Amino acid sequence: MINLKDIKNQFPIFKHQPGLVYLDSTATSLKPKIVIDKINEYYSEYSANVFRGIYPMSEKATAEFEETRGVVSKFINANNSREIIFTRNATESLNLLAYSLGRKIINPGDEIVTTIMEHHSNFVPWQVLAEEVGATFKIIDIDEDGNLEFKIQNSELLKQIITKKTKILTLTYVSNVLGTINPIKEIISTAKSINPNIIAIIDAAQAVPHLKIDVQELGADFIVFSSHKMLGPTGVGVLWGKEKILKDMYPFMYGGDMIDEVYVDRTTFKDVPHKFEAGTPAIGEVIAFKESIKFLEKIGMNNILEHEKKLTDFAINRLIDTFGQSIKIYGPKKIEDRGGIISFSFDKFHPHDIAQILADQGICVRAGHHCAMPLHTRLKVQATVRASFYIYNDEKDVEKLVEGLKKVKNILK
Amino acid sequence: MNIYQDIILDHYHHPHNQGRLIKPDKSGKVSNPLCGDKIEMMIDFEKNKVKEVKFHGEGCVISTASASMLTDFAKSKSKEELKKLNSKFIIKMLGIDLGMTRIKCAVLPLEALHKLL
Ligand SMILES: Cc1ncc(COP(=O)(O)O)c(C=O)c1O
Repeated sequence: MINLKDIKNQFPIFKHQPGLVYLDSTATSLKPKIVIDKINEYYSEYSANVFRGIYPMSEKATAEFEETRGVVSKFINANNSREIIFTRNATESLNLLAYSLGRKIINPGDEIVTTIMEHHSNFVPWQVLAEEVGATFKIIDIDEDGNLEFKIQNSELLKQIITKKTKILTLTYVSNVLGTINPIKEIISTAKSINPNIIAIIDAAQAVPHLKIDVQELGADFIVFSSHKMLGPTGVGVLWGKEKILKDMYPFMYGGDMIDEVYVDRTTFKDVPHKFEAGTPAIGEVIAFKESIKFLEKIGMNNILEHEKKLTDFAINRLIDTFGQSIKIYGPKKIEDRGGIISFSFDKFHPHDIAQILADQGICVRAGHHCAMPLHTRLKVQATVRASFYIYNDEKDVEKLVEGLKKVKNILK
Repeated sequence: MNIYQDIILDHYHHPHNQGRLIKPDKSGKVSNPLCGDKIEMMIDFEKNKVKEVKFHGEGCVISTASASMLTDFAKSKSKEELKKLNSKFIIKMLGIDLGMTRIKCAVLPLEALHKLL
């Protein structure tokens, strides 16, 4: 069980923004004091560069930095911490893959498979790569409920999409719009039973913050996520990959820290993970990132998911009870299939107006296509309103949302 | 300041000049892919001046109210006068404080109008 009052007290923002109803953790999460303090500690006490100085401050910074790599590695059950690469965010991790892996293995006529529910960051890099190389870009559709079609049709449908020519299967674990939790393990194992050479990439940006992930058990080859969506600092993303594949990939960016030796006629590169980490990283932010993971682990990932599911179930019921037909909620009907994200349309009101009137009451939601335009086109809506939950949200927030929407109706009706 | 003032809401609920012209001299569409607002504007000129202007489309309160007020303003104005209008004018016309994101909604009708001049 989550002790909400205790948790809220650990987020300084609630003191600075009294009455804040924050329902946009899918965009970015709030930060607990221990994370902020840790950033402060680095900048105040040992703000040296990493991997460079011989002096104690630099060694301290390097040790703290590498400790985070270890904490991340354990958190997702990687084989070892060399498999953890720090990037700027999930977007950069995906672009790194499209560049360093995609350009290495995709040839004309090969297939890249993704889904219609992807965030643009897991859609566009592959679409562009396919076009550049002359590969085929294939898209798994959703059913009317917002689950991947694969789920109801069992493996037959996937067999039509995944072939011997498929090199990469890349998909999201949790949809940032529908909240759908995809059956990743089953999808990967079915895909690999059709073609064992497929490389499976999981966009876990909306999964790692909310549920327990074990990369060994999932059977994926790569997963990506962002620190800032899981209570950590901005500017830090993670790419986890199997060491064997990482070693074969092209470097991503060239420069300091990633080279082994440079001569006028040739350069050799460091081994993983440093081969992919050119230039000075977000040192203080990486260092503080481990505090957010420790914080989450203390609460327990299973408790977090349970809390969010309960709240989502409560919210969906409250919204439908109060507004009936005039509210349309997208995504799976069954709470088992979804996480703490609710996207909806309300009457004929424009999402921007809804979000604005809610904002005037201190309620933060997102309005737009949430960087998932292909999905919105598929749903035949231009834009939706999205409310999302995390560990610091409670039923009071839901009640405020309901009251806020009543006001929207009063003003715009 | 609340942007949902009575006058704005009144234009939203009962927009002026909403509809289409038969065989307009010119027509043009603009859209904001971010929020899905779409406006088509149609115009008839008499010599250099606007004789009639109408708009239709899907929009939020701000873009609809802005289109309603702007089309009122545009009538019998010359092309040169209208070309000079900018976002500052729109903000003044609406008489409300707009954040960075909503400015785009407010100036969308002006973009449509400028396409027709
Ligand atoms: C599913 C999904 N993938 C990727 C991203 C991109 O994350 P970032 O902006 O941190 O790179 C997001 C962020 O909204 C997301 O929801």
